[in-house]
Amino acid sequence: MKNNKNLTYMDSVHRDGTIWNISMMILLILFPVAVCLIFSAAPDWEGVGLGLVATAPMYWAVGIVEVITFIPMLGAGGSYLSFVTGNISNLKLPCAINALENAKVDAKSEEGEIVSTIAISVSSIVTIVIIALGVLLIIPLQPLLESPVLKPAFDQMLPALFGALGVALISKNWKIAIAPIALMLVLFVFVPALNSGSVGIMVPVGVVFTILVSRILYKKGII
Amino acid sequence: MEFSVNHPILFLLVGIIIAAVLGQSIYFLVKSVRRAKATNMDMTKIKKTIITAAIFTVAPAIAIVITVISLSQSLGIALPWLRLSVVGSLSYEAIAAANAASGMGTTLAALAGNMTASQYVTIAIVMTVSIMVGIWLVPVVAKKYQSGLMKFENKDKKWSDILQNSLFIGMISAFVGFVFCDVSRLWSESARIVEVEDKVTGVTETVTYSATSGLVPVIVMAVAAICMCLCGLLINKLKWKWVNDYALPICMVIGMLVAIPITAWLG
Repeated sequence: MKNNKNLTYMDSVHRDGTIWNISMMILLILFPVAVCLIFSAAPDWEGVGLGLVATAPMYWAVGIVEVITFIPMLGAGGSYLSFVTGNISNLKLPCAINALENAKVDAKSEEGEIVSTIAISVSSIVTIVIIALGVLLIIPLQPLLESPVLKPAFDQMLPALFGALGVALISKNWKIAIAPIALMLVLFVFVPALNSGSVGIMVPVGVVFTILVSRILYKKGII
Repeated sequence: MEFSVNHPILFLLVGIIIAAVLGQSIYFLVKSVRRAKATNMDMTKIKKTIITAAIFTVAPAIAIVITVISLSQSLGIALPWLRLSVVGSLSYEAIAAANAASGMGTTLAALAGNMTASQYVTIAIVMTVSIMVGIWLVPVVAKKYQSGLMKFENKDKKWSDILQNSLFIGMISAFVGFVFCDVSRLWSESARIVEVEDKVTGVTETVTYSATSGLVPVIVMAVAAICMCLCGLLINKLKWKWVNDYALPICMVIGMLVAIPITAWLG
């Protein structure tokens, strides 16, 4: 058995990440328990059951696919943190990708692991601080943030983000990018069931399809 | 104790959990910076990473605050503050809360203003448990999964690099597709008439969009992309290296600002 001194950096990231995530899970579960105890109230178990049946299967399935899809992109430290702090595909992952691109490091190297974890940690801290400030200043901020003038800007945050991020990545990997972008365009334009709420589900589809296309191109010596 | 969705004790409980999440973030930041120093990484690069990540995060974080405000109408401020600081997102939290309310035979709109502690914890349990899979699954699989990927990389380094790029491109392609999801309003009259359910209040209304409204996100994406190309020119031709660190947040904010007149014009 390895003692602490013999642990590699990556081993220690996994050990610490495991301790943090399990602790966070327990803390999160304790919130409703504490509310029950403090206010002497019991949950409506039928409501819990029906609510879980309607919600959990889809989000658990998506969650499993997201874990498999995102771990190689986020790195170890980034994964432990991102799956606690959330907002992965719209914030943490673009932040990590941008940091890796700017630092010009390989995502799979230890340098990549460090840069990615730092970017995600900073992003999490800034998000927590801004949300806390928003909660503290909710009364004066509400009219400003919900104003009809600013609404279109925040409605279009994801197109702006992925326009800027996408052009850099796609230009470097255009041979890989053609087929998945064509597929996604066709699906999103011509399948009415796919709307803005479907993007989370379509990310794993896009990833699997891109890997398959890349494998074929690689085997044929095109990339 | 009499319950209210904005009871101070709820803010205390939520504050403790969020402080713990903040602690985890600070712990990993310090651990990574220490490792960067120990391995003699270029600390200028690390400082730039920290500054860029902080600036980049501001606009998306403000968008999350807007989500907290919209959910607070029915759930109070404390629970949305917790849910959106830990794991959450608007689409998920609103659906989970609405499903929990539906399981109790009511709606969030009906509960607003007179929610009991029992109804509150019922909603909190559904919201918490339904999204928890990532928190426990990462510790279960991450180490083995990553060591498997490392072995794979040692076998075929070139394919491993292509695979990594494919993951990023796969994600980007889904979001590029999503930007075009309302373009069909140009030729399809039925696509312009949308039944919109307010996820917070549960109220459904019919909204008629203009034919060109689906072009707004496409133009915003194009503007942000062109802006990024211009930044690339500034970096490569004029040697303005500093632009590199701020290009993404600058282009994202320009795209968002352009959305204001474009939306007024195209609907």
